[in-house]
Parts: sequence; C-alpha cells; structure tokens
Amino acid sequence: MTGRYHAPFGEGGSHAIDGDVAERLLRVALEQGGDYADLFFEYSVSGSYVYDEQILKSARRAVSMGLGVRVMKGDATGYAYCEDFAYDTMKRAAQTAAQIASGGQPVAPLAVTLRDTPSRYSVPEESLGVDGVAKKTLLERADRSARASDPRVVRVDASFSESIREILIANSVGHMARDRQPLIRFGVRVIVENDGQRQSGSSGGGGRVGLEYFDDNSPEWHAKEAVRQALVMLDAREAPAGEMDVVLAPGDSGILLHEAVGHGLEADFNRKKTSNYTDQLGQVVASELCTVVDDASLQGSRGSINVDDEGQLPTRSVLIEEGVLRGYMQDRHSADFFGTTSDGHGRRQSFRSHPMPRMTNTMLLGGQDAPEDIVRSVNRGVYAKRFGGGQVDISNGDFVFSLTEGYLIEDGKITAPLKGVNLIGNGPDAMRKVVMLGHDFEVSDGIWTCGKEGQSVPVGVGCPTIKISSMTVGGTQVAS
Amino acid sequence: MSQTADEEAAALVDLGRSVVERATAAGADVAEASVHSGSHLSVKVRMREPELVEEAGSRALGLRVMVGQRVATTYTSDLSPSGQSTLIEDAMELARLSEADEFAGPPDPSELSSPSEWPALDTFDEAVSGVAADEVLESALCGERAAFELDPRITNSEGASFTRATGVSALVTSGGFAGSDKGTYASIVVNPIADDEGGKKRSGYYWSASRYYADLEDSDEVGREAARRTLAQLGATKLPTQELPVVFDRDAARSIVGLLAGCVLGGSIWRKSSYLVDRVGSKVASELVDIVDDPLLPRAPGSQGFDGEGLLSRPNVVVEAGVLKTYLMDTYSARKLGLKSTASASRSPAGGISPSTSNFILKAGSQSREELIADTKHGLYVTSMMGFGFNAVTGDFSRGASGFLIQDGELTDPVSEVTISLNLDQILQRIDAVANDLEYRTAITSPTFRVSAMTLAGT
Repeated sequence: MTGRYHAPFGEGGSHAIDGDVAERLLRVALEQGGDYADLFFEYSVSGSYVYDEQILKSARRAVSMGLGVRVMKGDATGYAYCEDFAYDTMKRAAQTAAQIASGGQPVAPLAVTLRDTPSRYSVPEESLGVDGVAKKTLLERADRSARASDPRVVRVDASFSESIREILIANSVGHMARDRQPLIRFGVRVIVENDGQRQSGSSGGGGRVGLEYFDDNSPEWHAKEAVRQALVMLDAREAPAGEMDVVLAPGDSGILLHEAVGHGLEADFNRKKTSNYTDQLGQVVASELCTVVDDASLQGSRGSINVDDEGQLPTRSVLIEEGVLRGYMQDRHSADFFGTTSDGHGRRQSFRSHPMPRMTNTMLLGGQDAPEDIVRSVNRGVYAKRFGGGQVDISNGDFVFSLTEGYLIEDGKITAPLKGVNLIGNGPDAMRKVVMLGHDFEVSDGIWTCGKEGQSVPVGVGCPTIKISSMTVGGTQVAS
Repeated sequence: MSQTADEEAAALVDLGRSVVERATAAGADVAEASVHSGSHLSVKVRMREPELVEEAGSRALGLRVMVGQRVATTYTSDLSPSGQSTLIEDAMELARLSEADEFAGPPDPSELSSPSEWPALDTFDEAVSGVAADEVLESALCGERAAFELDPRITNSEGASFTRATGVSALVTSGGFAGSDKGTYASIVVNPIADDEGGKKRSGYYWSASRYYADLEDSDEVGREAARRTLAQLGATKLPTQELPVVFDRDAARSIVGLLAGCVLGGSIWRKSSYLVDRVGSKVASELVDIVDDPLLPRAPGSQGFDGEGLLSRPNVVVEAGVLKTYLMDTYSARKLGLKSTASASRSPAGGISPSTSNFILKAGSQSREELIADTKHGLYVTSMMGFGFNAVTGDFSRGASGFLIQDGELTDPVSEVTISLNLDQILQRIDAVANDLEYRTAITSPTFRVSAMTLAGT
C-alpha cells in the first residue's frame, strides 16, 4: 500500500503544480484589483480502525482534496474553493474570489520561489503506508490488556486513526511552500461496573509520528491507564462547590493556558479590539512566575508544523515573559495591521476554510517548586489531574474547563477522588493568582483539538504543576 | 450547482447506482452509496465593512460495503474515475481486514420505503439559492447597523454573518433502495460587543435561521435583539454559592434536552455509555415532561422523509408524562438490543451509520415564560452555558452558566462566572414548570423550563 497516497498537485502528480501555474492563477486572482492573493492546495487521506467487542468492527478511509483561493482587499477577504485541479475549474475559483475587489488596477503577483522548510516530523515510516494488520494487532493488545487487568471491566473499545495532509501554498508576495503532515491518534475507552455503579475511563495519545510511537507508549499502558481512571471514579464522591485553592497536575493542565490565555492572545481578536488583552503589550498580565510560549517546533508533537497554511515559517513565540505580555500570535492579515511579520500562526482546517491566527503547542514553562511542596501547601482544595476540555469567552476571558479526574486536597495531602466537576474562572485573574510553579514541566500526550469559528485544528499543550490561589470549583456540595 | 436541484438529485442517484454496481462487481455482498452535494454563499461584515465573502460548491461520496459480515466504509471528494476506483478498492481491502460482526447488515428489504410513501416536508425553498451576493451583504450590514444604532454602549462588534446554503443528497443501496433529498437553509447572526466595568467586554449574539428565506426574522430585528442581549449582561457578577431553583431559557433548555437526546440513542445504550441503560418504562423525568422525536414537521430543520437506511420516517414518542417509552434506534442498535428499528438511522457523509435524532422536541407547557418567571420567588435564570461538563455514563452534570438573578418573580441583576451542577436524571425529575414558548429554529428544541433546585457554585 506504500506510496498509494500522493497529492495530484505534487511533483510528478497527475496535476502537478509548479511556479508557472501558480503565478497564472494568482494573476487571475488579482485581476480585479486585490492587494494580496494566495492559493492553498490540499490533499488529505485519513483512516480509522475501531476495535469493539473483541473484533475489528469497522475500518474506514477518506480522501479529501481541493484548492482554496483567497483574495484580500484592505480588511476584506474573498474566498472560493474547488475540488478538482483542472485548470479551468481552478481559474473559476480564482475569478470568484477575485470579486471581493472591484474596479481596481490589477497588480501582478511576484514570481514564486519554493521556501526551505524545517523537518519537525520525520517519521521512519508513515502509518498510512503500513499494512492494516499491524494496527489491528495494536488494538487487540489494548483490548486484551484492559480485560485482563480487572474483573470489573465490562466493556472495552479501542480506536486508531491516522492521516496524511499534503499541502502546497503559493502567494502573491512570492512564497511557495510544500509540506506533508502525518498525524496519528490512539485511544482506549473502558467501562467498569461494580455493585450496579458504572463508570468510564479513557486514555490516548499520538502526534505527528509513525507506529514507532508505540515503542515508548504501549497499547497495554494506555489500556491500564483507562482502567485505573475508571476504577478511581467508582469511588468518587460529590465535589465541593465554591472558591478554593486549586493545584493543576503537569502536562494535561496546559489546556488551562490554552483557554485562559491562548485564545485571547490570538492577534485577530486584538486587531479587532475584542480580546480582553487588547492594547496590553508590555503590561503585567500574569504573576511574574509565568512565562508562556507557543512553540510550533516540538519534534513530533500534535500541534507542530513546518510551515503554516499561509506559507510562513513558525518557530517559538514568547507570549508572556515573567508575567509581562510580549506578543500576540500573528497571521498575515493581523501582522500587516500591527506593522510586523507573521510569526506563522495562520492555520486553517482545510482548503474549504480561510486561515486565522491559531495556536500550535501552547505551554507554561516550569518553575522552581517541588510538586510535593505545592500539594503540601494547600489546606483544603482540589487537585486537578485530567481534563475533558474547556471553553473561553474571548471578550472578557471567562473560562470553564471540565475535570475528568480530580481529587480533594485535605491538610496538604491528596485524598478522595471527586466526581466530574468544572473549574470556572477568568483568564487574567487566574494567571495573576498563580502562586507556585513546579519544576516538573511536561508536554501532554493528550489528543487536543482546538475549535474556533467552526474550524478544528490539532494542538498541543504543556505545563508544570501549578498552584492557583483561588478558583471556583463547580461541585454540588455546598459547605455548611 | 449550475443545474436545478432535481436534476442534481437525479445525477447523484445515477452516480450512487454506478458505484454500488461497481462495488458489487468487485465482490461486495452489500454496497451502499451516499452522495452529497452542496453550494453556499456566506458573507461576514464587521464594523460596517465587508470582511469575508465566500462562495463554493462541493460534491462527495461515501461508500459502505460488507463482505460477508465484515464492514468497511470509504469516502472521497475526488470523483474522478481514478478517485472512484481508489474508493472501491480501499473499501474492499478494508472489508477483508475487518472481522465478522453478526449483528451487521442492512434492514430487511420489506422494511424499505418507496417514493410514493415519502411525505412532502417543505424543506426546499427555491428562493434561498436565488439570493444574490449584494442582498446577502446588505442583510448582514443592516443587522450589524441595527445593533450599533440601538444603544451607544454597543462600541464594538465581532460582526454579522449571513449564510445561504443548498444541499442535495442521494442514497442508493444494493438492497434495492434509491432515494434523494434536498434542502435549503438561510441564517443570520449578529454578535455585538459592549464595554463593561473593569476593562471587561461583554459579547452577546442573536440569530435567526430557517429553511425558507421568507421565514427569516428581519435582519434589523435580529441586530436589535443581539444588542439588547449584550447590554443586559453589563455589570454581571458572581453569586454566593447556594442551592436554588434554576430557570433555563430556550437556548439553555435546548442544550439540556440535547444531553438527554445523546443518552437515548441505541448506540449509547448497547455500549452502556448512557445513564439510561435498562430504563425504558421507568420514570426519567417529571410528569410535566413529554418528548417526541418528529421527523415529519414541515419546514423544520431535522425533517426527512426516510432515514439513513431507507426506512420510512415516523414520529417516536420518547418520553410521555416523564416515563421513557423507547430508545431511538437504527437497524444495528435495534438488533443489539433485541428490538426493532425506530427508523432513526443517520448516515454520515463519510458513509457510517448510527442512530440519531431528527426534530427532538420537549413539548410546550401551558403557562407563558413571563408567568413562569413571575411564579419564581428566588432563582437563577440561565441564558447561556459554557464548557463540556457532562458524563453520559453517570449523568453527572456541571457547567458554567450566565444569566440573571430572579428576585420576587422578576429578572434582576446579571450573573456570570458561576457553575450549576446536578445529575441530569435529577435535573429532569425536578422540572416543576414548563412554559409555552417552543420554537423550531433548531432540530433539538425546548421551551423555557424550571428545575426546582440545583447547586450554584460562585463566591
């Protein structure tokens, strides 16, 4: 199966796109007087396997491909796409997008040259090219391990997904770039039953890696982790309600940064002055313990990219340095507004969508404290270990995120597990209340997907153990 | 889509038929093709200027095959001859990899519906696809302008969007079913922003959506309502942690009903992923609660004449006076549960089948929304919720909420940054008032209702 999946627009493909074709299309896109145009060619293939009730119950594959054409005139964007690469079809899409500008003087695009890109996900072998039997075996292993690990396990399902996304970007300022982005995810979900009580647990991971991922993260490990969580939850008690100290475990808790800080620092919201961080560059927006970066360069991480979907090369952007706001995450449009250069955060879900500033791997860097000292410092509070997801209101920074595994902290010790509960707060407020940071920074292996204006992109998060001096815990038990 | 919707539907059926024939010839015992095409025009304006104009059409095909009892699905937007060949080859290869599932299989041919049985559901409005870009742009501009003009405290905007879309789909199966469906949809949303104290901003929105262009609310009224909702949240604060009655307005109530919808689907039941396993015939809500899943409502967003497996659509009473009457099932989940399909199969564009809701409706009560509020001495009126705090296996529920404090039967101070928590089973059991303000803007819908007591976590 190796080699079956290659973009028709790639070198040697049935509709190979070179600099000449790109320039001709860009010329059409700008013929109504647009200031800027870009072409986004995409070919993506994804596959998934679901192992359920001890059989490989379903196997899927999907191919999606097309070209998105964007034309900008001032702050206005014209967008059109097509799903085949016949020149006339592509030309029509370019003409449709061009209409956003009308009556202006046509501007000629610059000659495009191919950019050199880094190599942040050089997998030994792409998963899609590997025989399906290998993936079936991984799923069987997870299933067998989960069932064997505890008699209370009543259901197991395991799934494996893989994709390749091949892109080609060409724009009217002369950039052209290609990338081939692999992505895999593996997940196990179990249900346990005891005395009529039922609970679920899950574990998963992956990234821009191949099947070598499982050398260090075995299916058995994920299976046992899912069972462990479900069993812990069987003993969970109702969570307290109200404001208290919260300690966040390393790794997964980075989702807090993503929600509480990350979205508000996307440059489009600041250009439009709709973010609560608008006009605050250089100001103190967090406790001085906090340094927050967005780093697209982590090897193999889910959020990493070699080139963004506008042809820019992202690296590591410092957003907050020792509590001071240093920068926003830029795409091309916002960078023009701020008089700077895009730092490569222009991403899009697919060729059917226009790019926007998006996060890659968002991380709060580690501090000086020993994690056990952090827990010991809390009289009564909550230890948040794993999260289901979160949401933020950009305009004022209010956020919510839901805990799938959390514990009570009593007299400096982690005690009873708590039923699913939400933490609610305000981004800038929570960041000012960061009073301790562990030296145990971790990147989460979780499967995070970020949604914005209906577009989903894979992202990564990371952080050390964090103590926030006061947060609202949304349990059911009102303190008497 | 340059041709008419009916011509397009016929073309999609032909395409589906040809793929089914080729897959069968390649060795599939069962082959089912679902073909979709759509076109849309969407515009967004912001600060009185156009921000985005997007126009495109698309077509894609999902194939589901069985070899013996082995299932595989493939999907492609590459409809070239080589793209179709890859689609079929991949499906056959994957089917040989997967393992026999004794419950898998199409419905009995005698259960399939035929064109003469399909009711006219009025889901397609010719006028929608005729709306020109200029008119769409003007509607969006008008909506945003109305928000700004309502009150000078509206100082900024996330913009206003207008979208019109047309979709055609076809389903062809080797079991002998061939059918097509078409629909239109138009929507407008306005999202103004007001400055609040302490440098905070308040963002609010309101929207209107309909299958018929003429049924859309006027864009300026949508804009004014969006502005009113935004302004009403100014000065919102937390409340002290307490137990209190909670009134869910239509938008928030719909979200609660949506959680229940997920828990009555046959797939969640046989997977034991719902707190409602083994609960048919028992009380799952207060006596005031009646819920129906009705795919036959004219012009409603979730209406359809046949389900994703070709069975004739029909209304299903899900909850009657608080008692759970049935789960919603496709053929597979019905076989798993030893029951009959409720004609609730939904086929995803990618080709997979699972049970789904159509128009899932908590029926209206008798009192007005105003009477319900007036009848509440002290409570929280919830207008929006945030976050994903729901565990379907246990029913545990905890989400962020904002809205208003109810004091002596009146909406008073705005509230935000609190959470409300209670197990969903208890939430539904504790519904002690249902209003009569039901509307059909969304496929899952509910009138305003009140829950007698929930835990609010705040200061």
